Amino acid sequence: MCLAIPAEVVAINGDMATVSLDGVQKDISLVLVEGVSVGDYVIVHVGFALSRLDPEEAAATLALFAEAGVLKS
Amino acid sequence: MKYIDEFRQKPLGKNLAASIADAVEKGRHYRFMEFCGGHTHAIFRYGVQDLLPPEVEMVHGPGCPVCVLPISRIDQAVALAEMEGIILCTYADMLRVPGSGRVSLSKARAAGADVRMVYSTQDALQIARDNPDRQTVFFAIGFETTTPPTAVAIQQASQEGLRNFSVFCNHVLTPAAIRSILDTPDAVPLDGFVGPAHVSTVIGTKAYECFAADFHKPVVIAGFEPLDIMQAILMLVRQTNEGRHEVENEYARAVIRDGNIKAQELMAEVFELRPSFEWRGLGAVADSALSIREEYADFDAEKRFDVELRPAKEIRGCECGAILRGQKKPLDCKLFGTICTPDNPMGSCMVSAEGSCAAYYSYGRFRGAE
Repeated sequence: MCLAIPAEVVAINGDMATVSLDGVQKDISLVLVEGVSVGDYVIVHVGFALSRLDPEEAAATLALFAEAGVLKS
Repeated sequence: MKYIDEFRQKPLGKNLAASIADAVEKGRHYRFMEFCGGHTHAIFRYGVQDLLPPEVEMVHGPGCPVCVLPISRIDQAVALAEMEGIILCTYADMLRVPGSGRVSLSKARAAGADVRMVYSTQDALQIARDNPDRQTVFFAIGFETTTPPTAVAIQQASQEGLRNFSVFCNHVLTPAAIRSILDTPDAVPLDGFVGPAHVSTVIGTKAYECFAADFHKPVVIAGFEPLDIMQAILMLVRQTNEGRHEVENEYARAVIRDGNIKAQELMAEVFELRPSFEWRGLGAVADSALSIREEYADFDAEKRFDVELRPAKEIRGCECGAILRGQKKPLDCKLFGTICTPDNPMGSCMVSAEGSCAAYYSYGRFRGAE
């Protein structure tokens, strides 16, 4: 029920947006979020964007996975 | 896919597995609860448990809204669906959960009731607009992720004067469930929690600070991808080793401390706390669910229709209750994999895509353990 997916916003029309997930497009509502622009990624759940993904935080978390390791890749 | 594939990379998973194995103190047992069914499924789907050292045990929590809804509420939904002139809309998982006498919404539909599966509250509103001569009831379930979309629908119906739309509200609250698990007298001893991903986008990390402060339990909010979960486990092991109990946020790409204020305000406008709500497994939990405020009473299906809440019995032998409290595992249930399977579920934990029993069964990992 709480599973939601990150999808890219490709068009905005008022409170609605078209998102693309691996080429599949869907219209969703933006009423629960603020400051979303085309090109942003949002977490989509039951037809609503719940939050905007922060690309810098995503990169920082990925870096954490790599640096935490005792294995050297 | 961006923001998904990167968080499933195998080399990084091996790296994290080695880090966790290196971090655990030998001879110490770590028991962490992943609250969300979404985490339980990711753990089984990607075999995270097999990548953890034997010192780390994951206990599955009650974060599956379909699982925790008591049979009596399902019976109410079935009774609503069977009323003349009603269209009952709900999310897919709800259709197959057996109620009393093993009657699910799906069976009610086969017997002639108009039960429709919707993806969004917006679909339910559209069904109401398209069928002005009939009553459309949205059977609303879920934690804080599905609650704001229900609030939006109720406000839209109010603004449009959509008099044939109403909501049978069963929204429940995550922090109340965590508190209930920690307060259970014979609770399974836990060293910390992997905290919800998407619920936390709405309520923020601050909602868990009381558990760190009052119960001295570390909480690490984690995304639903396998590397997110492994990183969170590593952070929990480190907190446990160092005797810390803080709220940490592994899912910083989507979650902030305050959460989604706009969504929180909307929920507060439309809903208020129920003094008590019955949960499957947890029993009656104070202040753990939401009902529709008086201002929107016209859209409250419990006020519009006369559907009595009757006590209902659990299916005999079903261990869903103890499994939801983390006290038993699916393999401890005699019905598991024998008469209870995803094709023919007896208990709610086998129905939902987020239920522990469905996770054990679907990915077949229990077979190797026997």
